[in-house]
Amino acid sequence: MTERLTRNQLAQLVASDITSGAYVNLGIGQPTLVSNYLTASQNVTLHTENGMLGMGPAADGEEIDEDLINAGKIPVTELPGASYFHHADSFGMMRGGHLDVCVLGAFQVSVAGDLANWHTGEPNDIPAVGGAMDLAIGAKDVFVMMNLLTRDGRSKLVHTCTYPLTGVECVTRVYTDLAVFLVTPDGIRVRETYGCTFEELLQLVDLPLLAPQREPESRLNS
Amino acid sequence: MLTVHDNADQAVSGINDDAIVLIGGFGKAGQPVELIEALLRRGSRNLTVVSNNAGNGTDGLAALIGAGRVAKIICSFPRQSDSKLFDAKYRAGEIELELVPQGNLAERIRSAGAGIGGFFTPTGYGTILAAGKETRIIGGRGFVLESPIRADFALIKALKADAVGNLVYRKTARNFGPVMASAATCTIVQVSEMVETGDLDPENIVTPGIFVNGIVVVGPSVRSKPSTEPGL
Repeated sequence: MTERLTRNQLAQLVASDITSGAYVNLGIGQPTLVSNYLTASQNVTLHTENGMLGMGPAADGEEIDEDLINAGKIPVTELPGASYFHHADSFGMMRGGHLDVCVLGAFQVSVAGDLANWHTGEPNDIPAVGGAMDLAIGAKDVFVMMNLLTRDGRSKLVHTCTYPLTGVECVTRVYTDLAVFLVTPDGIRVRETYGCTFEELLQLVDLPLLAPQREPESRLNS
Repeated sequence: MLTVHDNADQAVSGINDDAIVLIGGFGKAGQPVELIEALLRRGSRNLTVVSNNAGNGTDGLAALIGAGRVAKIICSFPRQSDSKLFDAKYRAGEIELELVPQGNLAERIRSAGAGIGGFFTPTGYGTILAAGKETRIIGGRGFVLESPIRADFALIKALKADAVGNLVYRKTARNFGPVMASAATCTIVQVSEMVETGDLDPENIVTPGIFVNGIVVVGPSVRSKPSTEPGL
């Protein structure tokens, strides 16, 4: 049995699952780590909501330019082949289904693939949504990256989200430190576990889950 | 008719109390700080401001909000670790907030400029930000009816203008500029440089001069280290 994944291992796993040539938007926070593990041969083009395709790594020293920032308002660089466009075009790329993958953090994901990641709903919390709702419904694949459990041990994969929703039935995969979950029409299928067995995972999340499928014969024989 | 103003104060001299003002920028990139500061000096009150954020730090839009000039803000991402002036006004109940998903904000502004009466978008469907709005199932998917945002004024920042008001922008400072330019009765642009008509390649013009009413040159922007505050 492999160990529970660290944040960087999780980012590496997500990166390795992104198909070659994909257009990808990485959300703020943990998802940004994924860019550290994308390889040149994957030829992935990064989109940033504030109007750029072909975003490069974070800028440093003399490269820092106040007119060239990412969605988190961090200074970044441009790669050869980059393009700039206005906000309506940028969000048209999302809403129009042109992005292959977006990777987002989450407070909760439901078994139906509902996402809650923008607002705690607490009375004192000033709400801010940014591009989260557009990303959630726009990309062909919506990957969530999060720790499976809250600090007090409750599963963030839930039957029904209790936090305000970001999007309905939009998440396609959930990458966590303890397991990767696939949202399917039949329910949530566990792809693999890390540092726990499938039976232990069932105890932790207290939800009906479909067991990992055995490797197809053809793949084993190839 | 395009007016080239001598300074930012003259450029904003027509913005009176109760005006609806689109303000460009994503964080500090593309924020027309000199025009906002001129608006602050002008003293117009009870403004409705439409902008992605609700100000960073203490200058530009943050200062306008801090001075109590903004009665209502329509934006996608007001709360940031350096949005203290907005946060204080909001918690004191002194500013109204209409929170709009960022793509809906851009499209509501774009649709106003394009003469669209409203549009159905999947963004926000099934969330509290769609509460009370008309919805429709189209092709098996849920959509929400959103309305255009038309304004009296747009204040935006571009890199260069020519004498007929054609604009080019710089990198991610473009952001809301082109859509805002189209959606206001009077669009005022601060640029770093004004060039002769014909000096901009017509193939590369981003905002055609038909959308621009006023230009003011404020000199090149200072390349400074932007804040590294996280935010959507």
